[in-house]
Amino acid sequence: MKQCVYLIEENEQIAQNTYRIVFSGDTSAFTAPGQFLNLEVSGLYLRRPFSVCEWEKGHVSIVYKVVGAGTQKMSTFKRGREVDVLTGLGKGFDTENSGPRPLLIGGGAGVPPLMMLCKMLLAQKKQPTVAVGFGSAGEAFFQDAFRNLGVPVSIATMDGSLGAKGMVLDACRMDACTYFYACGPIAMLKAVCAASCSDGQVSLEERMGCGFGACMGCTVITQRGPKRVCTEGPVFDKGELVW
Amino acid sequence: MVNMAVILCGIAMPNPVIAASGTFGFGEDFARLYDINCLGSFSMKGTTLSAREGNPTPRIAECASGMLNAVGLQNPGIDKVISEELPKIGEFYHRPVMANVSGFSVDEYAEICRRLDGQAQVGWIELNISCPNVHGGGLAFGTSPHSAAQVTRAARRATVKPLIVKLSPNVTDIVEVARACEAEGADGLSLINTLLGMRLDLKTRRPVLRNITGGLSGPAVFPVALRMIYQVYQGVRVPLVGIGGISSAKDVLEMMLAGATAVQVGSANLVNPYACRDIIKALPDAMADYGIKNLNDLIGGAH
Repeated sequence: MKQCVYLIEENEQIAQNTYRIVFSGDTSAFTAPGQFLNLEVSGLYLRRPFSVCEWEKGHVSIVYKVVGAGTQKMSTFKRGREVDVLTGLGKGFDTENSGPRPLLIGGGAGVPPLMMLCKMLLAQKKQPTVAVGFGSAGEAFFQDAFRNLGVPVSIATMDGSLGAKGMVLDACRMDACTYFYACGPIAMLKAVCAASCSDGQVSLEERMGCGFGACMGCTVITQRGPKRVCTEGPVFDKGELVW
Repeated sequence: MVNMAVILCGIAMPNPVIAASGTFGFGEDFARLYDINCLGSFSMKGTTLSAREGNPTPRIAECASGMLNAVGLQNPGIDKVISEELPKIGEFYHRPVMANVSGFSVDEYAEICRRLDGQAQVGWIELNISCPNVHGGGLAFGTSPHSAAQVTRAARRATVKPLIVKLSPNVTDIVEVARACEAEGADGLSLINTLLGMRLDLKTRRPVLRNITGGLSGPAVFPVALRMIYQVYQGVRVPLVGIGGISSAKDVLEMMLAGATAVQVGSANLVNPYACRDIIKALPDAMADYGIKNLNDLIGGAH
């Protein structure tokens, strides 16, 4: 972990209620896709944790959905604003065990960290496939960005306004899947794990106090006892979780 | 040169700033960030006789100038703390630590104190009779002078180490509880633990916390803590540790003026992992601003 001051380069709306911030600053603490940062939002007591969408030396981006007081305030942040950020938090996705054709499954605000993961897998000469689910066509994002990488993308929306009607599982073939990575709402993650016959990794979300292991606020019970989502996670192997 | 050194229950500390239990783990995560030997001390994660998984999540909620937690004493149990955590602490921290302990019966409190009695690095034992998040434990003992006295008496017989009883603000008369603990041999008192609170989610119309209620901490509680230190200082002779919303060097000075010999910094560690170090660094200048040469001259100065 490293505490940094980040400069907001962009904060643009990319879909309904969904924004993308690009920061510039020290990214040296990030080591894996799926890690997160914890952002101070002035006027609110606790920091707000966000999975990193992508980073390169000197730049990092997050995508967030406006759901509460913190994200509401963030949506008003202007270019040029400085924010205090804890960076390089958590254990991210491991790309070692992916096999040649992993399936990347994302639901809503869980889609962003899959972008960096997808690019890393491609750089390792693997052939990822992406399946994403959203509430409606207006909330969908990144489907073209994935396609532009040459990756097959399937989409589901709850209201059927884009792609298959239903959940993300209705848009992917878990029976043909040899390894998966999933990030999204807990109900989606449980359904994915239940439907899969292969191994995989899931990124969990939990309300956090500190984001760096001190408060024990975000504990999840695993096969190896209670673990902190912020420190031993947010990414866990499917087999570790007790569902 | 200013003097920041204080003596708490016979143990010298380089400064009065102690990291509060439950916000500092067993020190390891913070020792990776800075040399925690700059601290007055730290109070270890509340420990029980057996390991505890804690409460189901969500365990954290936010409010204006503070937060609620309902962690529920998640900890590895006293045996693992002694066999694994204390040896690890010895590698990065070279002063006495405070061992915060909790139990579900008077005998459990006594047994944990007995096991900690021979641990060289444990300076003080902090008896947590005020955790609001565990049913049948903690707070159950801290809400009446009688049960607080029972626990203190049993712990007193089980250890020769300085015994500090951590008091709950969720009582009618905290001075009465403080006096009962003092009468049974407490060497010091720390206060306050968190205030019982709750939040509701307007979308789901249900409590935010799975435990329904949680403990309120952060700057929101500072005036309550200060008031209680002020009142307890007038009612007992043992030294006090002021806890509750401290997040600056000026807060430390104010708490000591009210009667605290030392302070604990809690929630501030969670939003700024360097909070304790920053407060200690800022203390000499803050003292100079108010013409304070020796912190010991400040203790209880408001009375």
